[in-house]
Amino acid sequence: MSDIADRVRKIVVEHLNVDADKVTEKASFIDDLGADSLDQVELVMAFEEEFSVEIPDDAAESIQTFGDAVSFLEKAVK
Amino acid sequence: MKLRRIVVTGLGIVSPLGANVETVWKNILDGKSGAKKVEEFDVSDLACQIACRIPLGDSAEGNFNPDDWMDVKEQRKVDPFIVYAMAAAGQALQDSGFEAKTDEQKERAGVLIGSGIGGVGGIYDASVTLAEKGPRRISPFFIPGRLINLASGYVSIRHGLKGPNHSVVTACSTGAHAIGDAARLIALDDADVMVAGGAESPVNRLSLAGFAACRALSTGFNDDPTRASRPYDKARDGFVMGEGAGTVILEEYEHAKARGAKIYGEVVGYGLSGDAHHITAPAEDGNGGYRSMQAAIKRAGLDVSDIDYVNAHGTSTPLGDEIELGAVTRLLGEHAKNLTMSSTKSAVGHLLGAAGAVEAIFSILAMRDNIAPPTINLDNPSVETEIDLVPNKAKAKEINVALSNSFGFGGTNASLVFKKLD
Repeated sequence: MSDIADRVRKIVVEHLNVDADKVTEKASFIDDLGADSLDQVELVMAFEEEFSVEIPDDAAESIQTFGDAVSFLEKAVK
Repeated sequence: MKLRRIVVTGLGIVSPLGANVETVWKNILDGKSGAKKVEEFDVSDLACQIACRIPLGDSAEGNFNPDDWMDVKEQRKVDPFIVYAMAAAGQALQDSGFEAKTDEQKERAGVLIGSGIGGVGGIYDASVTLAEKGPRRISPFFIPGRLINLASGYVSIRHGLKGPNHSVVTACSTGAHAIGDAARLIALDDADVMVAGGAESPVNRLSLAGFAACRALSTGFNDDPTRASRPYDKARDGFVMGEGAGTVILEEYEHAKARGAKIYGEVVGYGLSGDAHHITAPAEDGNGGYRSMQAAIKRAGLDVSDIDYVNAHGTSTPLGDEIELGAVTRLLGEHAKNLTMSSTKSAVGHLLGAAGAVEAIFSILAMRDNIAPPTINLDNPSVETEIDLVPNKAKAKEINVALSNSFGFGGTNASLVFKKLD
């Protein structure tokens, strides 16, 4: 697992108050990790803050799973 | 339309003198004070550096553990007044034994919890974020976590209460108006059960600065906090802020009787009035408070001589205490000499929007136990009065009818009358 994945997982665990082992690549924030639409907005904001990037709204909508977030950020942070 | 009878079947409280009803009540009767120097943030440049704070810790010892009442994840999204409301409402529902299970029960049970200034602490923090980091850093939970009616909203969601979902914002009269208005919803058959009360989390730099600027806060007892709140005493110099929440379960009488509920007493009177005088100062003739008490007693179908105990608004401000005392004295006339009246703000401080709710609870407990709680720190009364202000020591007395006063900025007044069940 990359450094980025570890940082993303830490944010997800803190914000959604879930166990780290539940945050798998395919885990959907809403369907599997108990987030609602507002939690998802807040998660994206936390990613922006942690990685000093701006995630446009249309890109944010495509980030539905932990894996989506990691792959988006791995590209964005280069 | 015939009004239905309303009884109180549950009590819940989070306060500077403890986080459950019996702990708080014992501390009040023992003459304790919840005031202390604020240490959680810098107060060195503030005129008032003290407040009555909720003791955090193990709930088994009467302290407040927010995790008992709300997920940590949810707590992060809201200002503390909502957490306090969840705790007080949860306690009150447990105490009442009422649980909305069927669709009909859910639809006939509602919530009416207010707050005076709501999420002002969170609004401050978000303002700083906006200025320093810009709008993209404002959390989606900023608005729903600060709105005053979200105390009712969270309680409704948690307990599945689908009846009236309402709130009140009338400064320091909020808690009393919430209970009075909720009682009317039951009286008018809009609901059978209501969770009603007030919640406040005002202890932050912004609120301390703002209330001090209004010249409302005590500033002369920063090194002697427990002596600062001293209603009716010559040395009083303003109120001491308190934090917490109080809620009661109000229930239609036949509904409560049918399920064999424990009944604390009946809500028999509720009166409201406006001063139409000044935004913060009470009218010197005390006419607003006089009329709210008069209206509540009339609604109760009682005579002024029936009032055994008054839980005063009595904030410990130089102006307000004597004005209220004057109004009560005029209203009671020759019966004033038989009256017992005290201010529990001397002990828990001024809980602003929660004050009317916690003081309604203290009035009900005074009736239950036939004991008037003391006005602590009342060493040298500033005026002579025939009314017993219960200085420093609780007083045993048969209390069948209790009246609770709340007056707020904007010149808004509310009085509630509680009576033992016949």
